Amino acid sequence: MARKLRVLIAKPGLDGHDRGAKVVARALRDAGFEVIYTGLHQTPEMIAEAAIQEDVDVVGLSILSGAHMTLIPETMRLLKEKGGGDILVIGGGIIPKEDMEALYKMGCGRLFGPGTPTAEIVEYLKQQFPELTGGQ
Amino acid sequence: MAGDSDSIRRAKEEWAAKVDKGDEKRFATVSGVPIDIVYTPADISGLDYMRDLGLPGEFPFTRGIRHNMYRGRIWTMREFSGFGTARDTNQRYKFLLSHGETGLSVAFDFPTLYGRDSDDPLSRGEVGKCGVAISSLEDMETLLDGIPLGEVSTSMTINGPAAVIWAFYIAAAERQGVASERLRGTIQNDILKEYIAQKSWLFPPEPSMRVITDIMAFAARHVPKWNTISISGYHIREAGSTAAQELAFTLKDGFTYVEAGIRAGLDVDTFAPRLSFFFNSHLDFFEEIAKFRAARRIWAREMRETFKAKKPESWLLRFHTQTAGCTLTAQQPENNIVRTAFQALAAVLGGTQSLHTNSMDETWALPTEKAVLIALRTQQLIAEETGVINTIDPLGGSYFVEALTNELERQAYEYFEKIDALGGMVKAIEHGFPQREIADAAYRYQRAVDEGRRTVVGVNKYVLEGEKLEIPILKIDERVEQEQHERLARLRQRRDNQKVKRTLDDLRAACRGKDNVMYPILEAARAGATLGEICGAMKDVFGTYAEPPMF
Repeated sequence: MARKLRVLIAKPGLDGHDRGAKVVARALRDAGFEVIYTGLHQTPEMIAEAAIQEDVDVVGLSILSGAHMTLIPETMRLLKEKGGGDILVIGGGIIPKEDMEALYKMGCGRLFGPGTPTAEIVEYLKQQFPELTGGQ
Repeated sequence: MAGDSDSIRRAKEEWAAKVDKGDEKRFATVSGVPIDIVYTPADISGLDYMRDLGLPGEFPFTRGIRHNMYRGRIWTMREFSGFGTARDTNQRYKFLLSHGETGLSVAFDFPTLYGRDSDDPLSRGEVGKCGVAISSLEDMETLLDGIPLGEVSTSMTINGPAAVIWAFYIAAAERQGVASERLRGTIQNDILKEYIAQKSWLFPPEPSMRVITDIMAFAARHVPKWNTISISGYHIREAGSTAAQELAFTLKDGFTYVEAGIRAGLDVDTFAPRLSFFFNSHLDFFEEIAKFRAARRIWAREMRETFKAKKPESWLLRFHTQTAGCTLTAQQPENNIVRTAFQALAAVLGGTQSLHTNSMDETWALPTEKAVLIALRTQQLIAEETGVINTIDPLGGSYFVEALTNELERQAYEYFEKIDALGGMVKAIEHGFPQREIADAAYRYQRAVDEGRRTVVGVNKYVLEGEKLEIPILKIDERVEQEQHERLARLRQRRDNQKVKRTLDDLRAACRGKDNVMYPILEAARAGATLGEICGAMKDVFGTYAEPPMF
């Protein structure tokens, strides 16, 4: 039997807003993915480390503190450095459009803004990983 | 009229049999409380006017805590604000005060909320972003420059490091020549809701509760007009709770502080009058009004009957309200002005003592001047144009509002029992009980929105295809972090480092023993110790806290 898609949901930095991270974690679990949640106050180092240890396919970063332009590129850089360059990094939170564009150019996966239905995130991941999500 | 209950009930049943009541499931509050098609005296047949409602300013204060309410004084209009450096925020305060704001409300950035200096490695990228960066007494002095601290009241949203930030404030006032006895304001200092919802804690629960009782004792002696804890439901609600959960967890937190104060040997009537509350005003208009009314009644009853407080001031539930940030939408942001106005009106009809109205752009960033001015104007419109302030508790006596008030009270007591069964609030938090209840409610709500069972205008209905954001967004300059680094470096060079070390050692000793920690914190603040250094010394003794990750 094929293994399931493994997703690490992480809260980088000092931002304590974890409502969205928890809701998304549950929605992805309900969609049949394996979900690991880091809890709060993680550094990019801790997240990259956990992603590699847990052998995940996707890292989802939840940032509502405005620190996304620091924390997302740093997490991506550390993932590459530690040999997890193939892990897809996605994100959610308060991220202005021009910042989204800049992050996409750096190779970041989809970033989801406020008001996104959780199904949209599930759909996106199914498209990215059809072999692990029972898609085509 | 009460004698007619049976006949009214029968008449309503006969009437209801003839009426198409619609889909029952659709007619519930945003928290899921089912709402009947119409309410009659039979729905509140047990209501005893003097016991359950009384007159304004009198026990049990259901109708309001002042005899004259807004006819005497309008609520305090207090816009929560802070961004960038202390200097940037100081200018915003002067702007707001010059436009009719009547109290300050300080928003700190994440590093400050966690007791970390702007140059701490964990602060990277977050300095000045979600609030103002305050790392030292010097920063606090800049923040309050030119603001008469003997006259303005200041609310500070600070919890884990509340004692330190409060010491900065007291010391800054000293340097302005204002004695601590004259200071008015609030520190949030509600650590229990941090573990439950907002998550900016420093130490484990036990030492945190000890610091709080030290603050209460210090205030009673030196800062008698200060509100030492603002027991907050706001963040519980923002984390996704229902109205009843917000009400129940907040009041239970409050009772826990009262118990701690009594256990620490304080007379309940010395500190209870300085406890204040902070609630959310969410979307469901009548549910919110009922929540505020129920909160006052429960608090008054428990303070008088369970905790044996004798002073009426100890029975009063005074509260600040903020409209619900989590209900604002990034889509069609101008609609947020309207949402906020409804929520503000509910807070006023619910008898709030002070109010923050959110700005339309707050899902995107901290508000621009224009956006915050509209938010302030919303309050001024309610106060001075709508006429709702003419009479006190105008919805009191509404069959519906009274029935809903009773229902929220009933649900709150149900939660009190569950929490007691777990061994009290601190134990319940350690079990993750309130956290799980809130996460469940948040997920239920999201499902309802995702499935279209609950409408969010502009998000899952009435969507504008290809919408472009047309309002300006406040950007925080990256120079803020650099500036703060340089400021701190200069401070560390300039100050008497021997003295700083000595005051921090004294603080560690107080933390290990039983002396009130406020005195050595104040000494360290005056000596130029930074927020991170002072909190670090306390962590050396108290340790740190991490919550088990769960979802």
